[in-house]
Amino acid sequence: MTASDGTHANRVPGTGRRWRKPPMIASPLLRYGLVVLLAAYLVYAIDDVNFDLDRFIAGIPKAIDMAQQMVPPDFSRWQLLLDGVLESLQMAIFSTAIGVVLSIPIAVCAARNMVAKPVYLAARGYLGVVRTLPEVLIAIFLVKAFGFGAFAGMLTLTLASTGFVGKLLAEDIEDIDPRQVEAIRATGGNWLKVLLYGVAPQTMPRYIGLCIYRLDINLRESTILGIVGAGGIGATLYNSFGRYDYDFSFAILLSIIAIVLVAEWASGAIRARIT
Amino acid sequence: MLQVDQLTKIYPNGEKALDGCALNVGTSQVVAIIGPSGAGKSTFIRCINRLVEPSEGRIRLDGTEVTGLGSEAMVKMRRHMGMIFQEYNLVERLTVMENVLSGRLGFVSFWQAFLRRFPQADIDRAFDLLERVGLAGYENNRADALSGGQRQRVGIARALIQEPKILLVDEPTSSLDPKTARTILGLVADLAHERGLPALINIHDVGLALMFAERVVGLSKGRIVFDGAPGEVDEHILTRIFGEADWRQTIRHAAEDAEQLEGKRATGADGRGSQPARQRGAAQ
Repeated sequence: MTASDGTHANRVPGTGRRWRKPPMIASPLLRYGLVVLLAAYLVYAIDDVNFDLDRFIAGIPKAIDMAQQMVPPDFSRWQLLLDGVLESLQMAIFSTAIGVVLSIPIAVCAARNMVAKPVYLAARGYLGVVRTLPEVLIAIFLVKAFGFGAFAGMLTLTLASTGFVGKLLAEDIEDIDPRQVEAIRATGGNWLKVLLYGVAPQTMPRYIGLCIYRLDINLRESTILGIVGAGGIGATLYNSFGRYDYDFSFAILLSIIAIVLVAEWASGAIRARIT
Repeated sequence: MLQVDQLTKIYPNGEKALDGCALNVGTSQVVAIIGPSGAGKSTFIRCINRLVEPSEGRIRLDGTEVTGLGSEAMVKMRRHMGMIFQEYNLVERLTVMENVLSGRLGFVSFWQAFLRRFPQADIDRAFDLLERVGLAGYENNRADALSGGQRQRVGIARALIQEPKILLVDEPTSSLDPKTARTILGLVADLAHERGLPALINIHDVGLALMFAERVVGLSKGRIVFDGAPGEVDEHILTRIFGEADWRQTIRHAAEDAEQLEGKRATGADGRGSQPARQRGAAQ
């Protein structure tokens, strides 16, 4: 300030006023309290999970050994691999097809602007339950109920699809332009026709996008549900690990990665084209 | 044709939007409802087709008591009331033809609507109407690709294909430029006359109202404070409806415009003829 007195201070009286960005949390007590609390928890947690450096170091050669056994991947049992992959694909495609159709009535019932309050609450309740439970938990439950195999996996993915598409489509329905709906009501169209002409055109692009996105997710999920006995390539993978056939495991992993990459790429490319 | 008695609307928040309004409209009469924003114009028109539920009062259309109908009967009743909206309210992602045909939704089955298999008579009528409103050749354009004036023409066709007994028109010109506004309002007035339809037109533009309406109803704070011919509207009446301001210019301009319009109508060379022709050219 003093150095540039000649030019600066003359023009701007009162220079030297300091400015700092206001802190995100205004109360200093709360601000530093949170930091201390987080640090304390981290110390407690690291102690509780028995983080053991020796064990970690001892594990490294085993991991390297396993990785060495994995290469080269063994595709000689391709028949088994193909069966698993096909079963996963079937699970994913069937469950998506059924799930996205069932999602439509669920989504309509879960949209506040479409139905009476009790219906809305019931549909939201269903969505809440289905969406809180991770797929693997649902699969464990359904495998117990319906036995091992792809059927349980398919049911799991169908349920999960209705939760996913139903919730997001319901939100899209709640966001539609009410004026277009009012116009269809004014022509004397009943509830179903209002749905058909006022609501469906507004939500169609989003719905198609969600269907494709869900197919992508189901393809991925279908590859791991086998680990809890719900069929598909996941079961093959789990068994190969159990038998220490790491080279076969690697072949399966590569196939899964390929499926996931292709699904993700195709889903992204298609969704980008929908307006 | 339309009888409104003691119509009162109180919104759940306690706001009294309409207060004992009474109005009788005969066939083929273009009625402009003028008044400031918040006077209850929109509520009034929406009470007639019960998009807004009236709190008190009776509405009769062509001998049927609209206010006494159950919800299913009301849905059927709306088929006989054509409505035109301020922001057109077209279904944006549907084609012009689907938007026009949506005026027939009350008359076709669910599957006809779902599969877009409307009766041939409806499709013929839709083509005729598109031509009449100056949108021949636009049937497969998506509604969101049209200009404001074109959208309102679709809105008009959608209302008319219902073959309604009355036209309810809510601020048809507020979203349009002044020239298009005139053309559109002229089109609505002409079509109402052609078909012998009563039309209730909400409009806050006094000049336009005086130009096209045969009867002017002034609404202020939910009450009808004036009901008479456009010629009777003077500065005192406008002050009664809108509040204190210098109204002399508004009235003089409106009178001049109306005279000019009459002259053009007589020679058959008004602006309405040229606009559709230009748009037809643009479509090809």
